[in-house]
Amino acid sequence: MLSTLQPPRSLSLLPLRRFQCSKHIVSAASSSSTAPVTSPPQSQILTTRRSLLSGETTAVEIAKSYLSRIRLTEPQLKCFLHVSENVLKDAQEVDQRIAKGEELGPLAGVLIGVKDNICTEGMPSTAASRILEHYRPPFDATAIKKIKELGGIVVGKTNMDEFGMGSTTEASAFQVTANPWDLTRVPGGSSGGSAAAVAARQCMVSLGSDTGGSVRQPASFCGVVGLKPTYGRVSRFGLMAYASSLDVIGCFGSTVADAGMLLHAISGYDRFDSTSSKQDVPEFQSQFLSVDHFESKPLKGVKVGIIRETLEDGVDSGVRSATQEAASHLEALGCMLTEVSLPSFSLGLPAYYVIASSESSSNLSRYDGVRYGNQVMAEELNKLYECSRGEGFGEEVKMRILMGTYALSAGYYDAYYKRAQQVRTLIQKDFKAALEQNDILISPAAPSAAYKIGEKKDDPLAMYAGDIMTVNVNLAGLPAVVLPCGLVEGGPSGLPVGLQMIGAAFDEEKLLKVGHIFEQTLKGSSFIPPLLANVA
Amino acid sequence: MSTTLLKTIQLNQFSLLGTALIRRRSNNVSVRCCGSQTATTHEAKQTSPSRVAPKNHKSNKLDEILRDYEAVIGIETHVQLSTLTKAFCSCSNNYGSYPNTSICPVCMGLPGALPVLNSKVVEFGVRLGLALNCELSLKSKFDRKQYFYPDLPKGYQISQFDIPIASGGYVDLDIYVVQVDLNRAGVPLLEIVSEPDMRSGVEAAEYACEMQRIARYLGVSNGNMQEGSLRCDVNISIRPIGQAEFGTKVEIKNLNAFSAMSRAIDFEISRQALLYDQGKADQIVTETRLWDEGAQKTVTMRKKEGLADYRYFPEPDLPEVILTQEYVDSIRASLPELPEAKRRRYEAMGLGMQDVLFLANDVSVAEYFDAVIGKGAEVKLAANWIMGDIAAYLKNEKLSINDMKLTTQELAELIAAIKDGTISGKIGKEILFELLAKGGTVKGMIKEKDLVQITDPAEIEKMVIKVVSENQKQLEQYRSGKTKLQGYFAGQVMKMSKGKANPGLLNKILLEKLNAKD
Repeated sequence: MLSTLQPPRSLSLLPLRRFQCSKHIVSAASSSSTAPVTSPPQSQILTTRRSLLSGETTAVEIAKSYLSRIRLTEPQLKCFLHVSENVLKDAQEVDQRIAKGEELGPLAGVLIGVKDNICTEGMPSTAASRILEHYRPPFDATAIKKIKELGGIVVGKTNMDEFGMGSTTEASAFQVTANPWDLTRVPGGSSGGSAAAVAARQCMVSLGSDTGGSVRQPASFCGVVGLKPTYGRVSRFGLMAYASSLDVIGCFGSTVADAGMLLHAISGYDRFDSTSSKQDVPEFQSQFLSVDHFESKPLKGVKVGIIRETLEDGVDSGVRSATQEAASHLEALGCMLTEVSLPSFSLGLPAYYVIASSESSSNLSRYDGVRYGNQVMAEELNKLYECSRGEGFGEEVKMRILMGTYALSAGYYDAYYKRAQQVRTLIQKDFKAALEQNDILISPAAPSAAYKIGEKKDDPLAMYAGDIMTVNVNLAGLPAVVLPCGLVEGGPSGLPVGLQMIGAAFDEEKLLKVGHIFEQTLKGSSFIPPLLANVA
Repeated sequence: MSTTLLKTIQLNQFSLLGTALIRRRSNNVSVRCCGSQTATTHEAKQTSPSRVAPKNHKSNKLDEILRDYEAVIGIETHVQLSTLTKAFCSCSNNYGSYPNTSICPVCMGLPGALPVLNSKVVEFGVRLGLALNCELSLKSKFDRKQYFYPDLPKGYQISQFDIPIASGGYVDLDIYVVQVDLNRAGVPLLEIVSEPDMRSGVEAAEYACEMQRIARYLGVSNGNMQEGSLRCDVNISIRPIGQAEFGTKVEIKNLNAFSAMSRAIDFEISRQALLYDQGKADQIVTETRLWDEGAQKTVTMRKKEGLADYRYFPEPDLPEVILTQEYVDSIRASLPELPEAKRRRYEAMGLGMQDVLFLANDVSVAEYFDAVIGKGAEVKLAANWIMGDIAAYLKNEKLSINDMKLTTQELAELIAAIKDGTISGKIGKEILFELLAKGGTVKGMIKEKDLVQITDPAEIEKMVIKVVSENQKQLEQYRSGKTKLQGYFAGQVMKMSKGKANPGLLNKILLEKLNAKD
């Protein structure tokens, strides 16, 4: 059952009066649903800024309302591994700046959730692993440093699959996060905590990381916007490496504008990451016009290719039709739609698992219990390594280390790692060709909507197969955005489905523009999970 | 910036082995860049005093062995670079700093930290590669070499595996080198691998010694073996002469002096030959052996069970190293004169091989010598002063030539002053030691102490007459045939002149007076 281009079903379930715990959210969410969108468009970042500058409210008030919602929803959702003790203090500083008439950074007072594999100085950063339990890094990741410089407030550290290895957030060593749309379902992964926290409005925006779809798939499952930038756009310094050649820090927001503005804040060359790019970071914000400024065919002439291989067998029919409806919507906005084929598409999944496991087997060797993290006392060195790692790592992590070690071993390297790299080159070529013909490519974000907790826990291959839509994009290093495009049946009030838009390298601008117009013109575009209705 | 002690030159027999080796060529050198573990392993430090082996006896025995067997020796040299910062972070790169004081998230291998290549490491790699006549790879890359070790924080070493920055070189003096690569957690290292084409300990030590010279000439490393800045691991096997296949090779570590290297290799050749002779060649196994300086022998450190699998793969955190031809050319243009070229030049200047080897051995000494002759001093005289009294003084005082108070300008003046007769050689020596101890100028010293030679025959004659008239008894003896007494008179005159009388004139006038029939 689809809601695309249909009356705003999700909102009909959420009468405004139920939102008593947060007037800000209500105002943000309701502005688009009750009346024609007014300028500027719905954006929690812009709304916050406006209300702070107008003196309508204070950063402390806003922070309090979010903290109280965290208190109410967290027992069921378990999005956070750690909530910062400094949120109110940080908010006070913002208010003091306002009182003194000092300049406000673009993220002033914005409450940001941070995936637990991104280093935050003095705040626990464990990558949801036992081996790093209680570890507090002595430095901020570059992305966090930039956020703080712009006035952003880190709310806390969000749950994830250990070291990013998983698609459900069930592989966290500490807790299982629930999907706010249906508490019996997974939020997706590995950035499940960050996606669910934004969906449940526990924070305004959040950071995740995306190695094979870890931002985009949970965004799809939780009905939020997930933005995976081009490899090299955002510094990886301070991101605990899973697979270095694939990892990127990505952004979650409840709108394309929010995700885009957060991306702008963290982008740019960093001398501490040699793989970060010196490409200019354009000002994305001018893209985010409000609907009343749109022309009748705002996307006239934009060439959109729908990837044939992503709509074949193995994709749920609801997801398929939601994607097709979304394609029609893009056509209605003036896009020229064609079907494109990426012959190498199906090779991406095995290539991804070989490359990611290989790199992870190396990246995770630093967790040896010697200098930091969990150390198991042992009489001799090899025992110390064995026990610290044996007890510190979870099953999924161990499996991937073993797979990667195997693939890199003498005699197997050519058959696995080298072959996978060849496939990677092939995939890059196919994408390049398709993006020479088209401005953007579209596909579903995942073959299905959120599934039940425990459903694929004992069937890793089935779980891995769910990454088919996203891994190719990482192998090609391209930017992509996932945004909710409809609902399918399931849960108390339907389950969101995400549309993936893929762009050319370093052309996030175009992706954000198309994504924003798509989102703002999608009737009933506020995907608010039912949980928010129930907590009141 | 070498601060080598002159005494190390004199103790270094390998710089004196000379001409025979100088024509040999070591083929196929390559250079790799690597970054090591944070902690420097100090295992190489051994304090037991080197005992000189009973040499003649040993080498005779060795000659005998080498009639039946051929040794095959290859050397892996690790040159620790004297960059200001480490290879992959901005921590300072200081030998001898307190443990764990020069560390940061990067070299600690903290979660989330990433390596950033120090461009100096590349520059030094290129310099060394060019100096070793290598082919440079304009596009090279880094790889991860993986193993667990407590001082290897990331669980892998960033190194160059299949594409070294430079390869196919040779050391013009003597031996072929395979490759040079950029390599240590952060202590920047170049690895130079030679072809297994050396045949004796002396030859291997000479190769290593030339590596040290080149590194010091280029200013890429202080090359100190004691500090581990220059480390040589030797791979050695022997085979009966005529046999085509190589024998089983053994690796020798812990060689912290060139002499130790030579002796370790010779010991190992004898050990392996003995096993062959006894029909126990199968007891030669692939292993790493340590040189025990105290016992003067190699001992098993660890046996290798199969090949270690380091699971190399390209380092995804570092982009490829791309060099432009212009960059390489600019480095080539900035290369200093290398030891080999320097030796040729000194030879052409007419210096004997002994002098050439001495002067060119240490870049600071060579630079000093070049500066002195650049100021017009006569070549042979300058060489003699430097190799003689100056070297002896520095050795005594445990000083480096760079710390010396005697400037090149003053040494040149001193030599000139003696040559043009302003002062005598004897006074020259006195002034030299004054200048070495206190500094100052030759002119100032001559003036201050009134040391100008007396060359006025009238003045000398006056003194001669006085001495002769005061020593009538000796004069009689002289005239009755005891002509040896001329020395006595000369000494008395010299004493009276406070050493300033020109000896030639003095003797001429003295003889005239002594032999005069009055």
